[in-house]
Amino acid sequence: MTKGEPAPRRSGATRAGRSGGTPPEPEYVQLLTPSGERVNHPEYSVDFTAEELRGLYRDLVTVRKLDTEATALQRQGELGIWASLLGQEAAQVGAGRAMRTQDMAFPTYREHGVLYTRGIDPIMPLSLFRGVDQGGWDPVANKFNLYTIVIGAQTLHATGYAMGVAKDGKVGTDDGEAVIAFFGDGATSQGDVNEAFIWSSVFHAPIVFFCQNNQYAISEPLERQTRIPIYQRAAGFGFPGVRVDGNDVLAVYAVTRAALDNARLGQGPTLIEAYTYRMGAHTTSDDPTRYRVSSEVEAWQAKDPIARLKALLVKEKAAGEDFFKQVDEDARIEAVSLRERVLSMPDPDHSQIFDHVYAEGSPLVDAERKQFEAYMASFEGGH
Amino acid sequence: MTIKEFALPDLGEGLTEGEILKWLVGVGDVIELNQPIVEVETAKAAVEIPAKWAGKVVTIHHPEGTVVEVGSPIIAIDTDPSGSSSPAPAPSADSAEPEAGLIGGPAPGGRTAVLVGYGPKTTEAKRRPRSTSAPAAAPVAAPAPAPVVAPAPVAKAPAPAPVAAAPAPANGVHVLAKPPVRKLARDLGVDLATIAGTGPQGSITRDDIEAARSAPAPAPVRATAAGPREQRIPVKGVRKLTAANMVASAFTAPHVTEFLTVDMTRAMKALDRLKTNREWRDVRVSPLLVVAKGVLMALKRHPMVNSSWDEAAQEIVVKNYVNLGIAAATERGLIVPNIADAQDLSLRELADAMSGLVATAKSGKTPPAAMTGGTFTITNVGVFGVDTGTPILPPGEAAILALGTIREQPWAYKGKIKLRQVTTLGLSFDHRIIDGELGSKFLRDLGEFLTDPEAALLAWG
Repeated sequence: MTKGEPAPRRSGATRAGRSGGTPPEPEYVQLLTPSGERVNHPEYSVDFTAEELRGLYRDLVTVRKLDTEATALQRQGELGIWASLLGQEAAQVGAGRAMRTQDMAFPTYREHGVLYTRGIDPIMPLSLFRGVDQGGWDPVANKFNLYTIVIGAQTLHATGYAMGVAKDGKVGTDDGEAVIAFFGDGATSQGDVNEAFIWSSVFHAPIVFFCQNNQYAISEPLERQTRIPIYQRAAGFGFPGVRVDGNDVLAVYAVTRAALDNARLGQGPTLIEAYTYRMGAHTTSDDPTRYRVSSEVEAWQAKDPIARLKALLVKEKAAGEDFFKQVDEDARIEAVSLRERVLSMPDPDHSQIFDHVYAEGSPLVDAERKQFEAYMASFEGGH
Repeated sequence: MTIKEFALPDLGEGLTEGEILKWLVGVGDVIELNQPIVEVETAKAAVEIPAKWAGKVVTIHHPEGTVVEVGSPIIAIDTDPSGSSSPAPAPSADSAEPEAGLIGGPAPGGRTAVLVGYGPKTTEAKRRPRSTSAPAAAPVAAPAPAPVVAPAPVAKAPAPAPVAAAPAPANGVHVLAKPPVRKLARDLGVDLATIAGTGPQGSITRDDIEAARSAPAPAPVRATAAGPREQRIPVKGVRKLTAANMVASAFTAPHVTEFLTVDMTRAMKALDRLKTNREWRDVRVSPLLVVAKGVLMALKRHPMVNSSWDEAAQEIVVKNYVNLGIAAATERGLIVPNIADAQDLSLRELADAMSGLVATAKSGKTPPAAMTGGTFTITNVGVFGVDTGTPILPPGEAAILALGTIREQPWAYKGKIKLRQVTTLGLSFDHRIIDGELGSKFLRDLGEFLTDPEAALLAWG
């Protein structure tokens, strides 16, 4: 295979024939190449200070480190399952940082990076996947909905929420509220997602559909989801679609910020396709080597989101070796703390499942709780 | 010294076991937190498990290839190797963390926790809800034709402990008998399987037992049956992969096999001469080497044979390189490592590559990368003393050659019958790609080469 050759040129590359080699790079918005070169784009740009760039780098490294630790914890029997974000850090951090405080996000179950940028304690999703609670954050206070496991369902929730935002009159000004719904390439084949496109288009909802196209719906490759690039589907629904290099945190930030601003100003929905790659398994229950070839993974390794930002920081002398070391060390400490906190999570009480069925309780649920408690008590040695 | 036992966790959702594929650490190694220690394959995936603690490996409980139940310890790690000097490495009960409540592991109360599914069947619940009132059954049944002796008092009392699962008769026939009758039979040493029952539905009664006991012992029918009549071997690892590949290949690629018997006397002599060459002193020279060379030469003349069928793209992929697979029988099963880019190798390089390849395969150390991407395979069934075979194509390859044993046979040679070193080649090919004409030409050229390699080298070289 042709590994080791420099990454192919970005957008506009002429379509190479099918005769082997890497497939041609798709058209997308890119502001930072895999080697850390800035690229000008006629529509999108960022004007980050050196400190802001360092902040993004810190986000990316921290998010990856915590994710790696969570995967290890699953392998050690401490989590039931874990959906790793490895490879998708830039797509998530870029989108998360582009949100304003008042903006509302609807995640899948993989948006640990977005969650982190919302200022939510990264321990929260781990308690969910340890089976201790349902995800402990307050979706209203954090403006970040609870994880949705059902594929694509959150796009409808988000659409309804966005329509509500519009009805509340919170759009049309620069401090308006925008909504962003996250989903993957596989979800685009779901009815829910297509319905959400239609509703938000017809009702002009202030929403951004953010699709992380990581190339696989578990094991199904993209070509079994769509015949055309995903972002082009938006045209059929009547709103703009744009594809962005999902491993380029600067481009993701710029594109998402613009789309959110359009939404908050009353310009309606946008579909963003963040073109990226899931470097790990779908979840810890999955074995990607059964459906992917290693040369493909290696090709994407060369487009690593962290490496290119690091190259930029070095090139522009915005950070030195000390900084990188410090970031790694801080992330390591945070990962150790994450591990300790996971291991010390108390097991929940069985009857807790009855606690939040109704806000004000119900005789039926009370009776069920009693029955269940009696049943559990009937076993020797308590539960 | 603080020894902690690491139990195999549930690596997927609701899995109950995993196979140890490969240990990445050994006893005595000092390991770091999250350092990969072992590769485990479950029904869902083969994964690396990172170390849960830093420390020193004290014990590895299961060798590679073992299937281990979720929840059982696989490795013991001393998390404080430089600590207190307690010399006894025996893990005390409390220092070994039992992983209580681990998914798949025993939870307090004897139940087994699984995340999804029904989980392991082997554990028994301590408590069986409300089943005690049921077991009346038989006494009410239709009056037996013969005056069945009223069940002895023993029979009336609900059996305090369920009589240990009915002893399955060795011959597999299910025998009908009430639990107290079974107990009586066991107490008296009577094998229920040897008795014809006279009770309802042919069930065995107490009388039958008594009668059988007083009767002369039945002829020792099964005296000869020593040991189990069948052995069941779990299909896993290489065997499983082989089976899947063979089925996939046999049912997707229409195979054709052609045979050619060739006189390899000259080739064998040439090999003998090679062995006396100083530069080839320490090299293993075998007939397989000359066959491999012949295959490479013939592939050069017929590149289409070195190809594969891409169903998805509806294309035939003709390869301009030859990754020459050599099937090797190993303890773990059939392994087909290949020599990458064999088309460029000199005969000497080919010989070196082949001996290294087989040695590595036999020791079970063939890296996965060397087992994928083969383009043409040779299987040397001749080493087992057979004449030839109809090999099945490895998936993704268009042809495979079986080399039979080479032995002296009467052969028409220069107008006389002579004893010559003769072998039979068997070539299977994918008929979607290779027609009979091409397959035949390839085999004929290979035969020509093996009949007189030197001449063929001169003619084609």
